[in-house]
Amino acid sequence: MAVTVVAMVLQRNLFGVVVLFSIYSFLMATVLVALDAVDVAMTEAAVGAGISTVLLLGALHLTGGTEAKPLQRPLLPLALSVAVGAMLVYGMQGLPAFSDPQAPIHSHVAPRYLQEGMKETGIPNIVTAVLASYRGFDTLGETAVVFTAGIGVIALLRRHRRKGK
Amino acid sequence: MKDDIILRVVAKLLMPFMLVFALYVQFHGDYGPGGGFQAGVIAAAAIIFYAIIFGLAAGQVLAPDWLVETMLAAGVLLYAGVGLAGIALGGNYLDYFVLDADSVTGQHRGIFWVEAGVGCTVAGVMLKLFYMFAGRSRDAEDA
Amino acid sequence: MSAITGHFSYWVTVFLMVAGLYIIISRTNLLKKLIGLAILQTSVYLLYIAPGKLIGGTAPIIADGFSSYSNPLPHVLILTAIVVGVATLALGLALVVRIREAYGTIEEDEILGQED
Repeated sequence: MAVTVVAMVLQRNLFGVVVLFSIYSFLMATVLVALDAVDVAMTEAAVGAGISTVLLLGALHLTGGTEAKPLQRPLLPLALSVAVGAMLVYGMQGLPAFSDPQAPIHSHVAPRYLQEGMKETGIPNIVTAVLASYRGFDTLGETAVVFTAGIGVIALLRRHRRKGK
Repeated sequence: MKDDIILRVVAKLLMPFMLVFALYVQFHGDYGPGGGFQAGVIAAAAIIFYAIIFGLAAGQVLAPDWLVETMLAAGVLLYAGVGLAGIALGGNYLDYFVLDADSVTGQHRGIFWVEAGVGCTVAGVMLKLFYMFAGRSRDAEDA
Repeated sequence: MSAITGHFSYWVTVFLMVAGLYIIISRTNLLKKLIGLAILQTSVYLLYIAPGKLIGGTAPIIADGFSSYSNPLPHVLILTAIVVGVATLALGLALVVRIREAYGTIEEDEILGQED
């Protein structure tokens, strides 16, 4: 995945960048399956490699095809990114190690969902149960966000019958 | 692309499988991975696949504009409606256990309708986005 | 050495995050900036899901024969985040298309030059 991202940074032909983005989404979905996140992997594969790529290709068709060459060497952004990276690395040292069962993330609410979920909702897929029942308000908000995005794109891109001057 | 016979045949063979798979993912989301979002995206992808190969007009015969726009709004209304049904039957907003005498069956019902609403809206939005982007011609001579 | 092996997933996450950030701040093409934003978003998904995994556990679907499950809570949050991310990308792309029609270009320098 790191290789695809570096290639995306350096590539200037935008069509190639979009194809690389699709490959990157697929690789991310595979990694997510390896991390036991099957629902998320299915969504990432469908949305990232499917819909995002189609929309990017549509926008690419409507705009240009190649990125212009940068005028000066981007040293300041590079230094800034490396500095941010160093701060993030410093911060992540305090995080729990990979797959640590004592990590606080596994303590308070998650075991309760895993144990009581089947009894209270009768649904084996705990992710769906949490999404639709325990955290139903969040899903309502998210559906509203998707709806708003659709309305926003309609408002931006709708052609009026009369083309004024 | 509709002149290429391999693409035409494969598209016509695959389309029904994709739509049935979308329905499977929607309703089987309780027992395996899946649920509303994935199903909506897969259903939209099936129609986008058809529209890419046979042309946007053919795709719009399958899923006309008014249907897509109605689906957009209907999903959100369905979700909100389930919440109101919770109030009408005596609980708080979006309570599922009041929807039936047995609280577990009430949860099943609530989750079923809620996921259906989500799938409906997501499929409608993805299709509408594709129609908007693909239907706009490039005005290279404007501006 | 456990700083490297124990935190391996975080190294990958930080690299992806920094790469996405670099694309956003250093490239002037608007489409490429949006793709950089998408890369940043996917690195955040990895940031949330990697700590939830338990080695020896399985996907959080209750079935007979399994006793250890990976944490379902990050999956729920990230599922919402993915869909919101594609909504943001769609709106951003619509804006880029309109900018192209208004200014004739999607390079940031040329757009700012036309403004003056």
